[in-house]
Amino acid sequence: MATITAKTIRETANKALGISPEDAKISKTYLTVAFSALLLGGFLGLLQGLNRAGLLEMPSWLNYYQVLTAHGVLLILVLTAFFIIGYFYAGMSHTLGGLLPKVRKIVWTGFVSKMIGIVLVVIPILMNEASVMYTFYPPMAAHPMFYFGLVFVALGIWLACVGCFINVANWRKNHKGQHVPIFAYFATGVFVLLFFALIPVAIEVFMIIPWVLGWVDGINVMVSRTLFWAFGHTLVNIWYLSATSAWYVVVPKIIGGRRWSDTLTRVVIIALVVMNITGGFHHQIIDPGIDEGIKYMHVFMSLAIGFPSLMTAYAMFAVFERTARKKGGKGLLGWYKKLPWGDVRFLAPFIAMAAFIPAGAGGIVQSTNQLDQVVHNTMWIVGHFHLTLGMSVVMTFFGITYWLVPFISGRVLTPKMNKLGIIQTIIWTIGMTLMAGAMHWVGLLGSPRRTSYSTYFDNATALSWDPYLFFLAIGGTLLIIGVILQVYAVFNMMFFAPKGETEFPLAEEEEGAAKTPYWTERWGLWIVVMLIVVSMAYVIPLTEFIVNAPPGSPPLKTW
Amino acid sequence: MHRDEKIWLTLSFGMIMIFMLITGYQAFALEMGPPSNMETIDPTKVDQTAPFDKPGVKQVGENEYEVVMTLQAFSFNPNKIEVPAGSTVTFVLTSKDVTHGFQIANTNVNAMVPPGHIQKIKQKFDKAGEYLILCNEYCGAGHQVMGTTITVK
Repeated sequence: MATITAKTIRETANKALGISPEDAKISKTYLTVAFSALLLGGFLGLLQGLNRAGLLEMPSWLNYYQVLTAHGVLLILVLTAFFIIGYFYAGMSHTLGGLLPKVRKIVWTGFVSKMIGIVLVVIPILMNEASVMYTFYPPMAAHPMFYFGLVFVALGIWLACVGCFINVANWRKNHKGQHVPIFAYFATGVFVLLFFALIPVAIEVFMIIPWVLGWVDGINVMVSRTLFWAFGHTLVNIWYLSATSAWYVVVPKIIGGRRWSDTLTRVVIIALVVMNITGGFHHQIIDPGIDEGIKYMHVFMSLAIGFPSLMTAYAMFAVFERTARKKGGKGLLGWYKKLPWGDVRFLAPFIAMAAFIPAGAGGIVQSTNQLDQVVHNTMWIVGHFHLTLGMSVVMTFFGITYWLVPFISGRVLTPKMNKLGIIQTIIWTIGMTLMAGAMHWVGLLGSPRRTSYSTYFDNATALSWDPYLFFLAIGGTLLIIGVILQVYAVFNMMFFAPKGETEFPLAEEEEGAAKTPYWTERWGLWIVVMLIVVSMAYVIPLTEFIVNAPPGSPPLKTW
Repeated sequence: MHRDEKIWLTLSFGMIMIFMLITGYQAFALEMGPPSNMETIDPTKVDQTAPFDKPGVKQVGENEYEVVMTLQAFSFNPNKIEVPAGSTVTFVLTSKDVTHGFQIANTNVNAMVPPGHIQKIKQKFDKAGEYLILCNEYCGAGHQVMGTTITVK
């Protein structure tokens, strides 16, 4: 009884008050930065797509690799980090009874730190002093300002993590013996991963800074590369876990159903947190200096991450079918007619989920020794992460904006805006399918990633890629239309849509669901397990790289 | 947990396991594993270190060749290689500056070549023709022109 009462009080309070203006401002600001980054990064993406198809020559003051670095930084770091923080903080405010004043201060400090960091990162990129890609592999050495900027960005994200931990810990203290609400539970998982993912890359940056300043002569190339990917791949899965939160918790509510088993949902989150960081190693399958046995173990560690995703696939379609049948859906597959296809808040995340089927399969290919060798560093990889990030994750984020932005702005989603959203979703789907499809295909034929338009001295093989690259440009052009529509939608809903109440859609559990066991709340234990798995994965190769290290490499500027 | 879900998850787990077994069999029994050479080299003294002091193509057996090659921004040395059809070629690679990639289009030759490490990869060329060799890791302003060919006669 006690829990029911507490829940009722919280829900009533939230319904009556909505999100507090202070909390709303945090999310609005973060989303503003995120979608500004999308606009800018999207245009830079278009430039590359057109150049890559041989249709556009870059002006002398702007080169392809500069544009590519900025595109990566804006979309991979800024868009995702700011969206995730804005989204989860709104949800934490909603489900935990508001953010603590202390937490607000922390997340604002983090915001300032990140903005300073982004400026410091962007200036050298604009000056062509940091055309090193967002992966900044040493011994390529950017201007020191670039790395200082990264430190501020990392600090800012850490502060957002700490803010989440404090707010959740406070809630748990006041609700002893209860489970953290599922949305905040997702937030905890995401921020735990972010917190730990940033540690290896921070160590890398602290190795690089004295080296670019000339205080030390050489850098261990393989150690920095390994530390980068321990972060890089975890980041990928942080986006994915964030998108998953909407699939499990929000989408069922939008289609008028109940959510999947609470226990299994939490198990999926724990599994993704525990197994994730080790996945980074499959980016190094064709690297020297790591023996085949270790690589094979890492294939297993990477493929293991596929398992919770396969659990998710089942859960999602089971929820769809169950809900549609309740509404009178009939037949083996005929029930699909009962789903709200005309609602962008469902359509966008649905297509995003569907895209994850080929995207996940492609991921399994790439993390497997021999198959990776076929596609490593080809356009296939670029196609893969445009399908995963650009479609599965970002389309889910887009779908979220159609209720989240009205919710935090005290406005409503109009039927007209919903229609625009549907059009945007269709354009994005066609654009991404064309572009990512062409990238996968031309990658199989050997076309390399991160390379401006080149015929390799009119080589016949290279010339045979051109038709595919043309499709890439068509896809890219459609996508920029999608970007403009989406950014327009976000700012319209934030500032101009009609005022009114919008619900934060959180689905309830099935009636009579079994009680979730309390071990799911033992984050301390799960973090220890995660650290053990990370050690299993990384201690041997890192020791190998350090003990058998070649003399270090000096900093080089090759652009 | 429903019965359907148990079946689905068992199949999922089984699929991953079969995948692992096939991958392991190919990697260890058929020697199709990814390039993983363990030797290192001083990246600032590549020109003075054997065998890279004399890069080139060398016949090491009947139908067997070894190509000792350095990669540097933005070229391969030696370039424009020629080998007879049916020969097996071992590429011995290292970088003189930043991390490069070594890829031969239309084959499975694909290896990372970071400075300080010696990478090795083997390929049998059955079909005559001109194959495109290119760098597939971004290495600087001229990355897109870092390409050459291997001609199989």
